[in-house]
Amino acid sequence: MLQKTYENIDSIGRAILSIQAKGVHNKELAEVLYPDGQRAFAQVIALDGEKVTLQLFGGGFGVSTDCKIRFLGKPVQVGFSDDMLGRVYSGNGRPIDGGPDLLADMIRVAGPSINPVKRLIPKNMIRTGVPMIDVFNTLVRSQKIPIFAKAGEPYNRLLANIATQTDADVILIGGVGLKYDEFHYFRQRIEEAGSKHKTIMFIHTHRDSIVEGLMVPDLALAVAEQFALQGKNVFVLLSDMTQWSDYLRQVANAQDQIPANQGYPGDLYSQLASRYEKAADIENAGSLTILGVTTMDDVTHPVPDNTGYITEGQFYMKNGYLELFGSLSRLKQQVNDRTRSDHRSIMNAMARLLSEAEERVKAQKFGSVKDDYSLRLLAYRKTFQKELMDPFRYLELEDALDLCWDILARHFKKEEVGLSSKLIEAYWPEKGMFKILNEKSDE
Amino acid sequence: MQRAKGKVVSVNESLVSAQTISGAVMNGEVAYIVIEDGKRLKAEVIDVKEGNRVYLQVFEDTSWMKVGDPVEFTGLPLAVKLGPGILGAVTDGLQNPLYELGKIEWFLERGLEVAPLDPNVKWHFTPKVQKGDTVTGGSVLGTVPEKLFEHKIFVPFSLRGDHTVEHIAETGDYTIDDPIATIKDASGKTIPLTMAFEWPVKMPMPFNKRSVPQKSLPTGIRILDALFPIAYGGTACNPGPFGAGKTVLQHSLARHSQADVVIIAACGERAGEAVEVFKDFPELIDPRTGKSLMDRTYIVGNTSSMPVAAREASVYMATTVGEYYRKQGLNVLILADSTSRWAQALRETSGRKEEIPGPEAFPMYISTLISAFYDRAGVEILPDGAEGSLSIIGTVSPAGGNFDEPVTQATLLSTGAFWGLSRALSDARKYPAIDRIDSNSKYPSLLEQEEVTYLLELLRDGKTIASNIILMGEKGITDEAYIRYQKAELLDAVFLQQNSFHEVDGVTAPDRLRFMFDMVKEIIDAPLTIEGKEEIRSHFNFIRQAFLDWNYMRPDEEGFQKQQSKLLNLVKKRGHVAENV
Repeated sequence: MLQKTYENIDSIGRAILSIQAKGVHNKELAEVLYPDGQRAFAQVIALDGEKVTLQLFGGGFGVSTDCKIRFLGKPVQVGFSDDMLGRVYSGNGRPIDGGPDLLADMIRVAGPSINPVKRLIPKNMIRTGVPMIDVFNTLVRSQKIPIFAKAGEPYNRLLANIATQTDADVILIGGVGLKYDEFHYFRQRIEEAGSKHKTIMFIHTHRDSIVEGLMVPDLALAVAEQFALQGKNVFVLLSDMTQWSDYLRQVANAQDQIPANQGYPGDLYSQLASRYEKAADIENAGSLTILGVTTMDDVTHPVPDNTGYITEGQFYMKNGYLELFGSLSRLKQQVNDRTRSDHRSIMNAMARLLSEAEERVKAQKFGSVKDDYSLRLLAYRKTFQKELMDPFRYLELEDALDLCWDILARHFKKEEVGLSSKLIEAYWPEKGMFKILNEKSDE
Repeated sequence: MQRAKGKVVSVNESLVSAQTISGAVMNGEVAYIVIEDGKRLKAEVIDVKEGNRVYLQVFEDTSWMKVGDPVEFTGLPLAVKLGPGILGAVTDGLQNPLYELGKIEWFLERGLEVAPLDPNVKWHFTPKVQKGDTVTGGSVLGTVPEKLFEHKIFVPFSLRGDHTVEHIAETGDYTIDDPIATIKDASGKTIPLTMAFEWPVKMPMPFNKRSVPQKSLPTGIRILDALFPIAYGGTACNPGPFGAGKTVLQHSLARHSQADVVIIAACGERAGEAVEVFKDFPELIDPRTGKSLMDRTYIVGNTSSMPVAAREASVYMATTVGEYYRKQGLNVLILADSTSRWAQALRETSGRKEEIPGPEAFPMYISTLISAFYDRAGVEILPDGAEGSLSIIGTVSPAGGNFDEPVTQATLLSTGAFWGLSRALSDARKYPAIDRIDSNSKYPSLLEQEEVTYLLELLRDGKTIASNIILMGEKGITDEAYIRYQKAELLDAVFLQQNSFHEVDGVTAPDRLRFMFDMVKEIIDAPLTIEGKEEIRSHFNFIRQAFLDWNYMRPDEEGFQKQQSKLLNLVKKRGHVAENV
């Protein structure tokens, strides 16, 4: 296709540039040609008469009015090939692992969504070995679900654990705004787990431009989608989507868009949704599961808030624990009726009792908790936290369910747990509550 | 009239402006932008400005559009095609059937349009008029059987004044495009008619005669039917933070509500949720009709990753279809999930147009649009005296779960019932997590008014005592207050909470609701003077356990009666002990 070069740059900002040009396509890929022969990518994001606005993959710093813009007559694309497995790429699709460039088929990026009729109802549990996930918020193939956590929580460790402990055919890691050591950590974990041969990384670190960071999820998801269409079960890890949203905000503000909440553009929801909705279990093909990270201080902040409305739940990590309250898997009901007959009921009973215990924690602050039942609830809460909420404790689902019964029996009488008589008969541990308590005190 | 032609001047995501070259332009008309590869992208005129400048919102991705691309105006507003074949369908926000699109492409590629109603299906038409009869817009020409009922074939509502039937088709099988009648207006102009016609989605269909919603619409959800009911023709606002159970509640309403037709407008929400409905419903049998649930369902899916500009269209399209089936004399229920996504789509477009923003950057006119939308619900008395109704339940997804925001507030002003979802309740797994104290409804309950008051008083007392317990501990309150508190907790646990995933407990028919209420009342009113908090709690634990077991049993199930006696004996036994003390 005809490539046109223009040299009348109007304005240069931190992330965007505008120029007078004709015959340019919306979303077309372009190159910034520096006077010294260097090049950097850019993409058209708006057209107004002859004014063309582009976002700069290399950022605006160092771009000068004597640079030229060459429009490449093609949209943003990414390579796709099995040879990409094991490789590491940047947010503009260049290899950054020292390896050679690849000759690969080019595929479109940020394409339309799959027709809903081609989606299957997700029905396959993914066993992670994490009790708070497998028992309480079961992960399901094709789910899109982020970890909500404060910066500094070990969310990347959990992400890497889940990716390497499960049976994914292909793992895509999309790193947005990673610190160098986080990037290094992912590489190391993938290699240690022997998963390198099935992993592709698209990495943006803090030294790269924000526009490259914005591209990372699209590149990773485009490649993942192709693998899924070929019948593979693909895991995509996106960390950290809060930083991604921040980059989106910066570019929107540079374009003088009217901000909605806390400076974020009004289309934050749609922007996040068009990425997360790539997750799908596809008819006669594979699946795409997305595990994200959304760093946050407060769940009502626009990024976790919009994310929560889009994703199929979230895992809430706090003080190194995976919390029960605040965590949710919307797809768990699709699978947890086919695991073990007590799964759903005990999950709910444990949660109800924990919630009752939380009430007592409030009351405890007033020094008003003295009765036996309340004290038992508080003890139950401690046990629950210690024995179940550690995200790095590995337990098979069945063992974790047995542990739940055991915890209940240690603290409660049968009629206090609100479970049907049928289940209690089948699962209540033979050593009743007081017996176990006595044994403990004997020790 | 000569329609305008134009050229693209600017492109900013879904907002495009064009310069018209010739011809007239109407605000709200549909236009097509023809891009380089020949694809025609559907758009709607949303503003006409000085200097022959027109703003369009494009219902497709605008990548690869250029300045100068031709724009063809159609002169017609965005419309929905009405006729037999809508029930059981799944379409996008512009009425393209998704299964048909799926035969062409796996992905929702732009520029594809498919006939909204299957042109190949033959419908068995029975005429209801004869040659020479006088008809007008809304007159019934004949009927065809559609799924569960006789679908009336109308003279298009847009035709006014008397017309004479020149020709009417004989009983037989016809497609929706076959001519079935010819009518002549007063001036002698003949008009050929088929079984389908179009109606502009943004224009409310006029009521024949409007009536007030006053009969409750049973939903099978106890807390709603007993405390916060919706009526046939009524409206409800269902806001809540994410994760509080909106989706599960919507699915439950779609399955169990006693409406004739259920329309699900999946507006800007997860695709997976619509998929669950349209892949599960065909397999589920509606116990009231014995037919597949999908037979009474129509799904409009403009999910969150589909083009944003079509969200608004999807909500209006669902409503127009609802009005059409109301004209059929049916009770229609629309579940609009979520109206906030529609409002956000308006906000996006408004922002790109650089309109002066209102609160939270929503456009100033958002509240007017929301009220006008809910006003399309209502009870209609049809020309033959029959009644039809259209009820709308709109979910709202307020930012940060804070109800004090423009969309929730505007919706509250326009609706008759308020079901506020609470994160505290959902964290405590008290589903449905509808706030027991703050929710309300102005529609009549399936219970008597004094019974509703009786329940609400107990719940309020329970809440007050609960906060006293937090402050003073169980020992700080009297046994009497503690019993009252336990009764409120029992009411919540066995009557208001409901396991929507359970075959029996998930749906409660009106007669069982009555039965359960009587049971609850008997237990609550039973004399009880046990002493000691531990004893009291233990007593109520046993009752709760027995009651829940009973809830999970079908009345015709073996052991149901036994369980019921067991439950009542528990109550009497303690009552007896109390008397002896």
